[in-house]
Amino acid sequence: MSEENTQKHKSFLEYQGKYKGILGWILSTDHKRIGLLYLYTMLFFFSLAAIIGLLMKTQLIAPGHTIMGPQTYNSLFTLHGIIMIFIIVIPGLPAVFGNFFLPIMIGAKDVAFPRINLLSWWVYIIGIMIVLTSQFLGDGPPDTGWTFYAPYSFRTPTNVLPAVFGAFVMGFSSILTGINFVVTIHRMRAPGMSWLKMPLFPWTLYGTAWIQILATPVIGITLLLIIAERTLGIGFFDPALGGDPILYQHLFWIYSHPAVYIMILPAMGVISEVIPVFSRKGIYGYKAIVLSTMAIAFVGYFVWGHHMFTSGMSGRALYTFSFLTFLVAIPSAIKVFNWVATMHKGSIHMHTPFYWAVSFLFVFMIGGLSGLVLGSLATNVHLHDTHFVVAHFHFIVFGGTGFAFMSALHYWFPKMFGRKYDEVWANLGWGVFFMGFLSLYLPMFLLGMRGMPRRYYDYLPEFHGANIASSLGAWVMVAGILIIFANLIWSARHGKKTSEKNTWGGKTLEWQVDTPPSLENFDEIPTITKQPYDYSDHSEKLNQ
Amino acid sequence: MTNDEKTHIVPYKTQITVLIVLIILTAISVAVTQLEFGNMNTLVAMVLAGTKSFIVLAWFMHLKYEKKLFPIMVTSVVILFLLVLFVTFFDYSYR
Repeated sequence: MSEENTQKHKSFLEYQGKYKGILGWILSTDHKRIGLLYLYTMLFFFSLAAIIGLLMKTQLIAPGHTIMGPQTYNSLFTLHGIIMIFIIVIPGLPAVFGNFFLPIMIGAKDVAFPRINLLSWWVYIIGIMIVLTSQFLGDGPPDTGWTFYAPYSFRTPTNVLPAVFGAFVMGFSSILTGINFVVTIHRMRAPGMSWLKMPLFPWTLYGTAWIQILATPVIGITLLLIIAERTLGIGFFDPALGGDPILYQHLFWIYSHPAVYIMILPAMGVISEVIPVFSRKGIYGYKAIVLSTMAIAFVGYFVWGHHMFTSGMSGRALYTFSFLTFLVAIPSAIKVFNWVATMHKGSIHMHTPFYWAVSFLFVFMIGGLSGLVLGSLATNVHLHDTHFVVAHFHFIVFGGTGFAFMSALHYWFPKMFGRKYDEVWANLGWGVFFMGFLSLYLPMFLLGMRGMPRRYYDYLPEFHGANIASSLGAWVMVAGILIIFANLIWSARHGKKTSEKNTWGGKTLEWQVDTPPSLENFDEIPTITKQPYDYSDHSEKLNQ
Repeated sequence: MTNDEKTHIVPYKTQITVLIVLIILTAISVAVTQLEFGNMNTLVAMVLAGTKSFIVLAWFMHLKYEKKLFPIMVTSVVILFLLVLFVTFFDYSYR
């Protein structure tokens, strides 16, 4: 690892622009500051939604009324879903680490449209504000679930419109970020960085950006149709007005299934960065990973119907969607084989980001394989709307995106803040979190298979045992989150300062710039001559 | 990665011709609503709307004069959209 410290310029954290204090952050067009603005916003709302999740699991520790009634439970799972999906995992990795590292990793000084980048954060914040008003205004918080399914979403007296409109506004933020990233990647790569010399995290951001641009307008229009139906009484989805409720599900999932790939593709990008660095070995099958990334982005558009197997679609649609769902598993599996093959005979360095990355593989495989169970028509009928779906979803979205987010945070933390965190506490936090995660979600598979439905505040006595294990797991997992956050927050303020450029021995460009990076990242834009994961020097050293 | 593309100015004559064609197509779009094509109603409306969109994209939005990359991207998006419609109609056509 390089001890080189040749910092010539002030870091982006110290740089004094036009504005001082908080204005210097919320009006900054620097991609790194915008990335951190997203990070802080998300961490705040993640904490809020995690507390809501904990309250829900506490309610489920015993049958009947434990700490809340059905209406409160319905509102809480709706709010938990809206925050986690629309505020955290959809913007997630691209907004935080994409903003911070995409320009640096491709050798650019900023994104293509820095002002639009800042605008997208502001639009995101305005969307959040609108969503939050749904909790306090009108006839009570919405109780539809984050999916706003028709026809209930027009008939419930609760305050659905602001939540729907807020999600609509946040969609614009997503589209703006997507456009920014596509243009940045097309136009601003360093000289010599051909498409097949681009690191894999930017590649996954590229695939994600296209989904953001092409799929998000569909949900935008769908949410507008809900608003038109509720306010003007036009019958798009309500059978009483001549509409078709299944059309709503089609439109909703045409966006929301690709949105799962918005969440997971950048996560796969992070894992593709972390594994080679801590294995000191070039990524196995770079081109296969690139192709599978784009294949997932493409095929992911055509599998939405597997959310609707029990909704009353035609038989031919059922077979088609089931077949396509199985197809999308292939590129995902290719990536997993590539990551494992990268580690094989590598020189493994055990550090916190690597722990998160390998545990990602473990939980992602469980999530992925349980997805195939749901993609099969017959088993889906049995498991639809049960806790099995909740477990599968959390293994993919929390286990996939969440673990990759933590891996990214621990991997790039020294670069972002110029300080080191305490690895003992970080590893302890990971261990506690991992144990809590498994105890929380594994019993849900069992509960779902035995028939416990999702989205109910109560259950039959035979489900009690597994629910106790699951609820206790939730408390353990939150303890893990507290350790992790306390360690990182303390370290960001008081951790040991470092200006070491290459903390982990990485080969990509972010490990060649100052720590923390300067305002414009590079003194001179580098010329790229090598593949991004060229560890031939390391192998030579080992062979000597 | 350079910024030296030449711009293309479309003559007024072309712009006005395109405008007239679009107005005629709009009139046709309204007129065909008086005719009954049965199952083909949606298809007829989509073909007319698609033709108008193509004209706007090609001339007014200058795709005709851009580098190949842009028409390829737009065509890919249209193909994606058509595929999504096609898959959706596996449900509606056979329900």
